[in-house]
Amino acid sequence: HTVSPSLQGNAHRIHFLENFKVVLEMQDPATGVKLQPQRLVITTIPHAITGEDIVAWLADRFQIDAQEARSFGSMLVALGYIYPIQDHKRLVVKPDASLYRFQTPYFWPTQQWPVEDTDYAIYLAKRNIRKKGILELHEQEQYNRLHKWMNHKWDFIVMQAKEQYRAAKERKKPDRVVFDCQERAYWVVHRPPMIFTQQSIMRPRVKSSVSIGALVKYCATYKGHDPFLSKCLPSNPWLTDDVTYWALNMPNVEIPTKMRVERWTFSFGELLSDPRGRDDFRLFLKKEFSGENLAFWEGCEDLKWGTAATMKEKAEQIYKTFLARGAPRWINIDGKTMEITVKGLKHPHRYVLDAAQTHIYMLMKKDSYGRYLKSPVFKETMKKAVCPEEHKFSDSQLEQNARNRRPSLSPIIIRQQEQEQKAKMAASAPVDITQVMSKLSKQDFQINTYRHIFDIFGNACFKI
Amino acid sequence: MACQGLQKGETLESLKRESETLKKKLEEERNKLNDVELHQVAEKVEVLSALSIKTRRVLKGHGNKVLCMDWCKDKRRMVSSSQDGKVIVWDAFTLNKEHGVPLPCTWVLACAYAPLSGLDNKCSVIPLSLDKNENLAAKKKSVAMHTNYVSGCSFTNSDMQLLTSSGDGTCALWDVESGQLLQSFHGHTADVLSLDLAPSETGNTFVSGGCDMKANVWDMRSGQNIQSFESHESDINCVKYYPSGDAFASASDDATCRFYDLRADREVAVYQKDSIIFGASTCDFSLSGRLLFAGYNDYTINVWDVLKGTRATILFGHENRVSRVRVSPDGTALGSASWDSTLRVSWSFSTGSNYIFRFIKLLFWVNSRLVLEFTVAF
Repeated sequence: HTVSPSLQGNAHRIHFLENFKVVLEMQDPATGVKLQPQRLVITTIPHAITGEDIVAWLADRFQIDAQEARSFGSMLVALGYIYPIQDHKRLVVKPDASLYRFQTPYFWPTQQWPVEDTDYAIYLAKRNIRKKGILELHEQEQYNRLHKWMNHKWDFIVMQAKEQYRAAKERKKPDRVVFDCQERAYWVVHRPPMIFTQQSIMRPRVKSSVSIGALVKYCATYKGHDPFLSKCLPSNPWLTDDVTYWALNMPNVEIPTKMRVERWTFSFGELLSDPRGRDDFRLFLKKEFSGENLAFWEGCEDLKWGTAATMKEKAEQIYKTFLARGAPRWINIDGKTMEITVKGLKHPHRYVLDAAQTHIYMLMKKDSYGRYLKSPVFKETMKKAVCPEEHKFSDSQLEQNARNRRPSLSPIIIRQQEQEQKAKMAASAPVDITQVMSKLSKQDFQINTYRHIFDIFGNACFKI
Repeated sequence: MACQGLQKGETLESLKRESETLKKKLEEERNKLNDVELHQVAEKVEVLSALSIKTRRVLKGHGNKVLCMDWCKDKRRMVSSSQDGKVIVWDAFTLNKEHGVPLPCTWVLACAYAPLSGLDNKCSVIPLSLDKNENLAAKKKSVAMHTNYVSGCSFTNSDMQLLTSSGDGTCALWDVESGQLLQSFHGHTADVLSLDLAPSETGNTFVSGGCDMKANVWDMRSGQNIQSFESHESDINCVKYYPSGDAFASASDDATCRFYDLRADREVAVYQKDSIIFGASTCDFSLSGRLLFAGYNDYTINVWDVLKGTRATILFGHENRVSRVRVSPDGTALGSASWDSTLRVSWSFSTGSNYIFRFIKLLFWVNSRLVLEFTVAF
């Protein structure tokens, strides 16, 4: 199985792409974690392991420090490959004599079963049969809820529960204890206790005058842009059957309208969510040599909302381009955030870059955005922006417009064009520098060389 | 089978009492920061000039109730689903039908531009193609699987993830390509009827509403229920975020729509009238958030002034229940779907100076009281 070195300067550190391979190694009778029996009153349950042994084994196997090993171990517990026997609700590895056991592969997350409410109902009913009063408060709530509206199949559920209970009784006691623990552990992972009213009471709130004030202000700010409250310029296409308004406001139009540019000044979010606005901002950042921030943010968005299959690959690419020491588009984030992020990237998930992304977003919002609004790039765009005259159609012209209604380019074609554009940009590999240099004029040579190299190399390194 | 398993010293009564006490405490905490009401702040806001909104496009083609519709990003195309078992893609501007997909399940309850879901417990994604002869239904890809009907669905920021709400009381996030369940959301105690994603700047949350009369706000990353509002008196049929993402509205069978402020963590307005006694099934905001369009089971669409709490105008035209209203992506028009098998598109006439004259005449005929307001404004 391929293993990819993703940390520069530490060749023997390995980035694991599939957790269960680790777990199999850990269970090897010769080289795995030391097994010991667990004493339960008069019974002895075999194959238990201690937290400290787990940590030691991981630290030795991957040559990492105890803290990292503990964090990795806790992740295996959180996912359900290993489960705690004693403090079964806290899904972490404690670096002491606390006991754990390997979960049976039947219950591994890699099986990717849909976690069915029916199974959970059967499980709760079965525990109820075995011993009344054993369900905890959140389990009782779940049980009542499931009973209420799985009522139509409750007979089936009770029958299944009784069957399973009867079958379990026929097992030997140690096996039964082990299985009960495994099953309980599985459900702790998949049906954790829900939020209670108590937590709601403690959540932070804002004064009404502040939050309501903000809502009212939003309406006032956008009133001029709301076609139900103010005129569209040149006219609302639905009203006059003239599509100029739509043509002028295409997503990637060269020259935007004044109204559109005005919206970019309302908030940083508005600027970023408009593709034309984002392009303008990108141009400004290029001139300030801080384009990597936006590129990183875009990479994070792509990771978060992208398809699961490409996630790990994308996370690695982002690490190589923006976070690794000496990376071509290294981003400047504080030490603590960098530490959390790099650690998280060893076992990447969709939201692993959240902390770093938020940090960079706030940096752009509080610093670059303000400067952008005062910059020559923005002023130039605003100056060139069009402000169309209001249409004044006569009745006969309106009738003509209605007759001339035409279909527009299908969104399918537009999407195909966008895909082709993206593919082209991604395919442009680092260019031969001599080709670039020969195009430059002698006078601008020095300044432009550095700028161009940065642009091309930067663009090629991370294109989504 | 009665509830079993109370712990020592507890009775159902004591548990119920404890729950009530906690709920009261929560209300107390919420009220501590309640230093002003929405209508008080709204007094300083200028009155809206009289609205004239007309329906001028009627899309006919479905053979039965239209249950759902949604706009395409291009601002003029729409998709609709109907009890006749068909999903149609329209260019609402030219009234052309562009695609028609027949489906095996007749109760197609929800469709977003591409994913659709219904009473067969599945949610499918249909990739659209330009080839008119292509059998689109055959390319349908099943993505989501619930244990009960799927009531609502929405793509996230890209079209590679899908969020669904279901009659099984849960919501779920799916990876479209693999069909893998990424996260599930548990907390509703009855069918979830509707969901809406927060506008992108405000992060990774969504709101859901259900038959348990609750509206819940969720964190997509952890699956946690982060806020809950329980003030409706009947099923919540629709939830929709305010454009800033700091508030949301709900439409309910109790004939009211309500407005919730997320930062203050409370309900701040109730939109109701004695003359409105039928349930509201759907709602959506205009671009600025000042207007709330709500479709009702009495065949009308009421347009509410969100800040002042009054009704700005009412739209007639549909001949049966209004099942869905949606403002177009650039805010220029309102699309509505109905059990009368049609879809309609409406827009404002009062913001086009060509129409002032006709506007005066119409208003005078509809409601003489409005003429007074109108002449004062002009």
